[in-house]
Amino acid sequence: MARYRSHIMVCGGTGCVSAESEAIIENLKAELKSHGYDNEIKVVKTGCFGFCGQGPIVKVHPENVFYVKVKPEDAKEIIEEHIIKGRRVERLLYEEPMLKEKLDESSKMNFYKKQYRIALRNCGLINPEDVNEYIAFRGYEALGQVLTEMTPEEVLKVMKDSGLRGRGGGGFPTGLKWEFTAKQPGNEKYIMCNADEGDPGAFMDRSILEGDPHTILEAMAIGGYATGANHGIIYIRAEYPLAIKRLDIAIEQARELGLLGDDIFGTGFKFDIELKYGAGAFVCGEETALIHSVEGARGEPTKKPPFPSVEGYRGKPTSVNNVETFANVPPIILKGSEWFSSIGTEKSKGTKVFALAGKVNNVGLVEVPMGTTLREIIYDIGGGIMDGKDFKAVQTGGPSGGVITVADLDTPIDYESLKAIGSMMGSGGMIVMDEDDCMVNIAKFYLEFTQDESCGKCTPCRIGTKRMYEILARITEGEGKPEDIDNLKQLGEMIKNTALCGLGQTAPNPVLSTLHYFRNEYEAHIKDKRCLTGSCKALSKYSIDPDKCIGCTACARVCPVDCISGKVKEVHVIDAEKCIACGACYDACKFDAVIKP
Amino acid sequence: MAIKSLDELKKIRDNSLKKVNLRESGENGEEIIEMMVGMATCGIAAGARETLNAILDEIEAKGIKNIRVVQVGCMGYCHSEPTVQVNMPGHEPILYGNVSAKVAKDIIEKHILNGELLDENILIKTFNKA
Repeated sequence: MARYRSHIMVCGGTGCVSAESEAIIENLKAELKSHGYDNEIKVVKTGCFGFCGQGPIVKVHPENVFYVKVKPEDAKEIIEEHIIKGRRVERLLYEEPMLKEKLDESSKMNFYKKQYRIALRNCGLINPEDVNEYIAFRGYEALGQVLTEMTPEEVLKVMKDSGLRGRGGGGFPTGLKWEFTAKQPGNEKYIMCNADEGDPGAFMDRSILEGDPHTILEAMAIGGYATGANHGIIYIRAEYPLAIKRLDIAIEQARELGLLGDDIFGTGFKFDIELKYGAGAFVCGEETALIHSVEGARGEPTKKPPFPSVEGYRGKPTSVNNVETFANVPPIILKGSEWFSSIGTEKSKGTKVFALAGKVNNVGLVEVPMGTTLREIIYDIGGGIMDGKDFKAVQTGGPSGGVITVADLDTPIDYESLKAIGSMMGSGGMIVMDEDDCMVNIAKFYLEFTQDESCGKCTPCRIGTKRMYEILARITEGEGKPEDIDNLKQLGEMIKNTALCGLGQTAPNPVLSTLHYFRNEYEAHIKDKRCLTGSCKALSKYSIDPDKCIGCTACARVCPVDCISGKVKEVHVIDAEKCIACGACYDACKFDAVIKP
Repeated sequence: MAIKSLDELKKIRDNSLKKVNLRESGENGEEIIEMMVGMATCGIAAGARETLNAILDEIEAKGIKNIRVVQVGCMGYCHSEPTVQVNMPGHEPILYGNVSAKVAKDIIEKHILNGELLDENILIKTFNKA
């Protein structure tokens, strides 16, 4: 057997694969072979490194050199320079945005320094399609310990003491959920993994499934043992083909090693897992709707109680837990509840993965201890706002959350604190917005999503979100009425109080929260027919500053609708009626004479 | 083959760990011994690749864990290639020259494991770059 002195890790997450990381792997292997190094250097396809904005990522061990934005044609240089001659390929190193400094190791980067990876611990470290690599990093040891050394009650106690709460958004204590299921009579019980991940912008669950599928299988088996379930179901959306493929491989490998099936670890414990594909409806992330969908019925929620832990799949006790929640379970068993509860805040223990996106320099998945402030996430890990612009707000919790302004940047984030400032944890989407983003437009975007995803079962959500969306659309078109603000508020409160499930109950949040913090923007849209940021095309009119215009004609030449008139060396004028607010003249003017709305 | 006990799992882990531990040694920084092998054109021509492989063989044979072997570019001592620099935590770096596969084994046995320097092959003590 060949012994390798170096491992070249290439990201095989969905983001990097779509940026041709598989071609990089092919080229690296071909180069190694042509230079006769294929017995010394191993190329490994891993899960997501989390630094998706810089992908595709290639990391070389043992030096730990971290290359970013690698293209297939760079393979030759990496092999010939780094592997053969030991010289870093400088141009492929990451540059710290604030310091303008090239860094070679990920551990030196601010993006990774403040992270604490529990759920993502193996992502980017192991080959997700090789169970032995998972085992090498203590995989399946927690399951072995639980089955051979602990009673189900002891497992439940560890989980309760750890303080782990559901990472899908609700934040319900996981140990308690398992205990409720365990206490139900009967021997037909189920444990389900919610891998529906419908929040636009969030992709941590996908990343875990793609990068470390065995951890989910192991955690579900532990959950099965603790709750008395012998059957696990992973509900995953069909639009995650790579995650499905890796799960299929993982399940097969686990069965071969007897880590799933009958008589696991020789203890007589029986547990197996099957996959169910969802069609990608947002409402199916709600656990009762999810269960109905698995049963083959319409994906619609039902009222709780009865909770699924009492009456769930096929009317039997069922515990539904989120992917990221499960990913925390094996480390808790191995390191103990005290270790886990020492991380985080008083009521929110452990870490949370956020999908950091929008106008920040470092886009990607970040896992931080609960209680980290938004400022640390956006400015330290995220590397600040793109192009040196001003921070305006950050949207957390996706379509269920709200905006957080500069005033709350230093709030330590946990489930309670986010709720207190009008947003929520949700599944961990985090979209950063700068001075150019219009808050009415953002609210409209989320309402467009929720009114589309509303299952239609209850009236407040079905009709209410639609009406809210119509009002918002009108405001951004310049046809807002003075009473719109009050109507939005009234509708929003009503939907929150009367909708059947979490989707409807939280759908008005993006509107209510932007109304609370940015009422002036709504008023400008409605009263002055102006969009302060120029995002709402119908309300943004460009004009030319006569003092600055020198009559160079640059703007008139780029205008696609010929709405700028004026002779050479004379002041030009924009016809506001014809202007489509494309901004081309603004970009073309070298004298700052075009005034942006 | 089904795993029937924690011990059987640990056996698989120990075997698998050998294949992946070079990924771990980089992560925890501190008490890691570092051996840098000059692998520029001059080094390779003088046999640095054999030296490097001999080092890796010896490390595995002796079961040394807290070490990482890194290849580096030319250190400027082309007349004495292959060159190997040893960085022991808390000690000044030592640069060896003319490191054949045999010398490489000696470095591991004497210097790394017993703290004895191989005077004959030392090019420079306290090798610090500006």
